[in-house]
Amino acid sequence: MGGFLVLVVLLVILGGGVVVLGLWLMLTYNGLVKLRNQVKNAWSQIDVQLKRRYDLIPNLIETVKGYASHERETLEQVVQARQRGIDASNVKEQQEAENMITGALRQLFALSEAYPDLKANQNFMQLQEELASTENKIGFARQYYNDTVQTFNTRQQQFPANMVAGMLGFEASDFFEIEEPEAREVPKVEF
Amino acid sequence: MAQFESLISANKRNSVFLVILFALFICALGAALGWALWGDPRAAIPSIAIALVIALVTGLSGYYAGPKAVLALSKARPIAKHDDPELHNVVEELTLASGLPMPRLYLIDTPAMNAFATGRDPEHAHIAVTRGLRERLSRDQLQGVLAHELSHVKNYDIRFMTLMAVLVGTVVMLAHIGTRAMWFGGGRRRRSSGEGGGAVMLVVLVVAIVLAIVAPILARLIQMAVSRQREFLADASAAHMTRYPEGLASALEVLEGDAHEMPQANGANAHLFIHEPRMARSGRRKSHGRWWSSHPPIAERVQRLRSLGSIGA
Repeated sequence: MGGFLVLVVLLVILGGGVVVLGLWLMLTYNGLVKLRNQVKNAWSQIDVQLKRRYDLIPNLIETVKGYASHERETLEQVVQARQRGIDASNVKEQQEAENMITGALRQLFALSEAYPDLKANQNFMQLQEELASTENKIGFARQYYNDTVQTFNTRQQQFPANMVAGMLGFEASDFFEIEEPEAREVPKVEF
Repeated sequence: MAQFESLISANKRNSVFLVILFALFICALGAALGWALWGDPRAAIPSIAIALVIALVTGLSGYYAGPKAVLALSKARPIAKHDDPELHNVVEELTLASGLPMPRLYLIDTPAMNAFATGRDPEHAHIAVTRGLRERLSRDQLQGVLAHELSHVKNYDIRFMTLMAVLVGTVVMLAHIGTRAMWFGGGRRRRSSGEGGGAVMLVVLVVAIVLAIVAPILARLIQMAVSRQREFLADASAAHMTRYPEGLASALEVLEGDAHEMPQANGANAHLFIHEPRMARSGRRKSHGRWWSSHPPIAERVQRLRSLGSIGA
């Protein structure tokens, strides 16, 4: 009789242990899924902002042409840089194109100083603000992406989640890094 | 990066510690009163329960209805994107940096420089800025201030300060009940129980009276200490969000020099603003002692921000 009772108690403890382990596994898995999805979402946000810039540029070109059409060279630079950005097939090319776009836009806006009518144009001013802000947004989106990567990587590397992270299929993500050291020097954009 | 995170988690730990301290304080007060009045510390439990319920009802109604009330009281007008694209962009940039949804933006038509955030969670957040602030700060400074406000939303400070208000309300209510009970002959059971040690009971009674008077004051002091703690936390979170502490630091310096009064500020909503607003009642800034202030001194906030230096991503 006593032996039977001991057996029951042992089984209850074992069962309880299994339940607790299962709960922990579920919570850990769900936590990692949430963080990984944040990383994916943050990455796509960068693309959203990049695309936004590409979409704004044609409007800018048209507006400038209306006032300063013979500044062909500067306008062409912007158009070409934009195209390179759209055509970029890897991150390195993307970043190169982006630096080009920033440089070309800067020249374009500097040029507007010589055309007071253009400068006073409502559309132009709005585009100026939108483009400056979009550059900041690209920067912040990358910053956020790196933050989410850090959070995710830390969680899947720390104990005790690291024991099961590999088994459950969670691998560390890569940080977004600026390829060229000059690009690091461009935090705030002012046109 | 690491120093931000340790700053932020240290702050959160301190807040939890203070809340626990508060809860213990309430229990101690209740026990003292119960013992003094009814000879049994546990007799205060129904009183604590009543006090808590009343404070909760007041607190929760403030929590849910509060935002609309505060906005209406401040005469804050909603601003759409086309009314002020730059302001919207500045906030949008911050939502990208923090992963938060876009809050609703409002403008308060006064030359005084201030801003506040309200709303129970990031999905229902409202941020208001005054015209004075909007016009006189640079883009970087504006972004620093808005990052601070957005950080209040992110850290659920509204919720937290409501919790504090409920705790303070409980203490005040409990002390209120206790003093009323004492005044109207609460010592009955004590005398009739015939327990020995009348001198002990006298001491307990005195302690209870002192506590009942001091408790509300102490509770308020703790509440203000917590508020200051959360302000430091919001500053640190803002610096982390923008990776540019100088923006907020220089904005705070400009704010300190602002001599305008906030016409609609009062004691109840003062803690939501970025810096202690000048009250219209007194001509100069109300002389809050250091311990009664809902915000830390600006000089200290600026110093802490500048000691973070310029942080690389």
